[in-house]
Amino acid sequence: MKTVILDASTLKRMIDRIAHQILEHHENNPDLAIVGIKTRGAHLAKRFAERLKEFKGKEVPVGELGITFYRDDFKKDSDQPVVQSTEIGFDIENKTIIIVDDVLQTGRTVRCALDELIDFGRPAKIELAVLIDRGHRELPIRPDYVGKNVPTSTEQVIRLNLTETDGKDEVILESKNG
Amino acid sequence: MKYLIKNAKIIDPSNKLDGKFDILISGGKIAKIAEKITDKAEKTIDAEGKTALPGFVDIHVHFRQPGYEAKETILTGSRCAVKGGFTHVLMMPNTRPPIDCEKVITEVNRIIGKDSINNVYIASAITKKREGKELSDFGAYKKLGIKAISDDGDSIADEKIMELALKTAKKEDLLVISHCEDRKLSANGVMNEGFISSKLGLNGMPKSAEYKIVQRDIELAKKTGAKLHIAHVSCKESCEIIKKAKKEGVKVTAETAPHYFALTEENCQTYDTRTKMSPPLRTQKDVEFIKKSLADGTLDAIATDHAPHGFHDKYVEFDRAEFGIIGLETALSVTIMELIEKKIITWQKLVDLMSTNPAKILGITPPQIKEGADADITIIDASKEWKMFAEDVVSKSKNSPFLKKPLRGFVEYVFVGGKLKLAEGKLLRC
Amino acid sequence: MAEWTKKDLIGLEYLSREEIEHILTVTDSFKEVNKRAVKKVPVLRGKTVVSLFYEPSTRTLASFELAARRLSCDVMSLPMKTSSVTKGETLVDTGRNIEAMNVDIIIVRHSMSGAPYVLSQALNASVVNAGDGWHEHPTQALLDMYTIKKKLGKIEGLKVCIIGDIAHSRVARSNIWGLTKLGAKVTLCAPKMLLPMGVEKFGVNATSNLDEAIKDADAINVLRMQFERDSTTAFPEKRKYIQDYSITSEVLAKAKKDIVVMHPGPINRGIEMSSEVADGENSVILEQVTNGVAVRMAVLYLVSNGKEKL
Repeated sequence: MKTVILDASTLKRMIDRIAHQILEHHENNPDLAIVGIKTRGAHLAKRFAERLKEFKGKEVPVGELGITFYRDDFKKDSDQPVVQSTEIGFDIENKTIIIVDDVLQTGRTVRCALDELIDFGRPAKIELAVLIDRGHRELPIRPDYVGKNVPTSTEQVIRLNLTETDGKDEVILESKNG
Repeated sequence: MKYLIKNAKIIDPSNKLDGKFDILISGGKIAKIAEKITDKAEKTIDAEGKTALPGFVDIHVHFRQPGYEAKETILTGSRCAVKGGFTHVLMMPNTRPPIDCEKVITEVNRIIGKDSINNVYIASAITKKREGKELSDFGAYKKLGIKAISDDGDSIADEKIMELALKTAKKEDLLVISHCEDRKLSANGVMNEGFISSKLGLNGMPKSAEYKIVQRDIELAKKTGAKLHIAHVSCKESCEIIKKAKKEGVKVTAETAPHYFALTEENCQTYDTRTKMSPPLRTQKDVEFIKKSLADGTLDAIATDHAPHGFHDKYVEFDRAEFGIIGLETALSVTIMELIEKKIITWQKLVDLMSTNPAKILGITPPQIKEGADADITIIDASKEWKMFAEDVVSKSKNSPFLKKPLRGFVEYVFVGGKLKLAEGKLLRC
Repeated sequence: MAEWTKKDLIGLEYLSREEIEHILTVTDSFKEVNKRAVKKVPVLRGKTVVSLFYEPSTRTLASFELAARRLSCDVMSLPMKTSSVTKGETLVDTGRNIEAMNVDIIIVRHSMSGAPYVLSQALNASVVNAGDGWHEHPTQALLDMYTIKKKLGKIEGLKVCIIGDIAHSRVARSNIWGLTKLGAKVTLCAPKMLLPMGVEKFGVNATSNLDEAIKDADAINVLRMQFERDSTTAFPEKRKYIQDYSITSEVLAKAKKDIVVMHPGPINRGIEMSSEVADGENSVILEQVTNGVAVRMAVLYLVSNGKEKL
């Protein structure tokens, strides 16, 4: 059973709003940078950066994190995860980094991203922006910017589709077995 | 003790019988052969669906005693031979000390008398210590019962010494069995020289290392008039040289082992050391030619070159492993699968190759299923499927590439001199 | 679809084109890790890696060890004394003993071809071949191919020339398998006595003329020439070899301007290659070394999750 809970225009408004929120806090911060978690977080990160430029002419460096080598579920007997590469083309020392991910649930992915980021250097501050927070945290991780809180059960799956990867912008909610 | 074998199909080219017969064994001999025998016997064997053949004769085995008893002894080797259907075997002298003098021959004869359960003959060394330098006094050992001389495991590198050996052997009327290998050419080779050895990164032994010495020894045999037998022929070129020599009337005979018509160098690709032997496994073309040569009489006998080696001798790097595999217990099955089932030879020819010819080469009376003959009989189930697992191998050593592989053809009963040694494939206490 | 299922890396002969390409793709990520300030990722944290080197080696051993450490493995080296005379513990026994200590990956270098193959069949632990006899040296060929790919953008259709004692070279064999599987056209160049048996069956060209081989080559791999060896095999005379096969600036002048010059190292300056070429613009020898660590990280990463035996 699949439902579209957010359509393209709602998503656009959400992304715009988050971009404005970021600007509210960091408009005059010269050391701002955005790093997206692959795959869809990375695309979102690019979109945020575009908005910042569009709204206030603010140029912000964008990086991409592939967290494959930091996962904590690697030791399980499972198929090998696809190796995602990391590209951070700037020095993160003393920067304010906004990590971007599409859906926040257990918080483990963000934990990987934090560990990996800190292996690159010592940022002044790290904030978290997510499009959807669906609850069920297993680690003490909290977002600074949220598109929408969507309470769910663990039987359900939330997926963000983006034009860049899936042909259209929308958020789908479906039950695992449907 | 009297034995009655019922309803056996007899295959023995020396007699013209065809069909099912009963055989009565009494006093060590074949007392009667008839369609229905009603005589009383202490043990009756129902051989319905089974075939009775003359006992097999293997003129090339290594029994490792004295010196390497951990690998095999005359007792275990003899039992192993009977398991494979062999009533007569010839053991090679590359023991420690080598069988090259009266003292060692006498001792080995003593052990044979005490421990063997079939007929074990001795080939003593051609040269002292098998070093290829000085002839041993083999003429004097004829009276000790040696049936042939050989430095097997090694070739006599010095042509002059080989010629002298053949001359002397002719004088003493002894058979010379030659392991043909030019060590200068085979150097540190471990498998057949070719693309596969190049691919695997292993040093190769070219075929010329074998056939050049086959050529040499045949010429010397021709020159001296000696009786020469070429051991373990592995390649086409050797067969061609032997065929030509026979045409010219040279007194040469030759043998090959089952692995040379069942396996090729391709089997070495897993670095399994049970594919390492000397001479090495060759190409498919050689396999086809060997089969042809067995069928057309170029090669006279099948001899296993049974070479037991311990686990630690074989379960090592290919370069380091000992050469050789065991073969007594699988010889019949491999021969049936590769030669009979593939219609290369007839059953009559199989008897020639595995019994009659090797016996003649050795100079012993060939086993026969004939009234009055010694009862050396091997009864087989020609189509029974079985698998050989390490725990079932009778030999002390388990180095066989045929382990766990599907085999067809099983030795059920073996009579040695009228005594039952193997029943339903199991060795009897004797 | 799992692209990598094998628990071992024994040689490139046993890999499919897709598997080789997968290793090269994963290598990109590890190359990036090696550029960071913190050259470590926790992905194989707690895995135990043992190097079993029966043949001495400093560079390959160091490269593997660094690779393992950068993946957060626990690493140990066991230099083994080999002598064909001293029998001692057999290879398989040693392997089983190490495996019994719950070691996950064993890296083996051995002077006898087939040793890692045999070990990989006998053990459940992963076995990585760091060079066996003159059979294969898969990680060397992988880093050679990775270097070519980074420099020239592809392997398919390229003309690659391997020069030197190819008959007894495991580096050459692995490169032949890898390059031909990925669609390169390989030419071997050596005096006849140093060309391997069955050259045609390897799917390569062979020539003894250096100028002809190098003329339109996109990359050359120059093997180390050792003149101090046993006298059982025929071997070219040193001065003549240098005259006919040494890669000098004059030789390169006849080749493509952007020809990529590789060498597995260590270089005998002045013998198989002149100093100017070794240090020159076309040489990627140091990049090979850098790429080597990344390739080995990729290999260790992949085999650690594999289960299938060859």
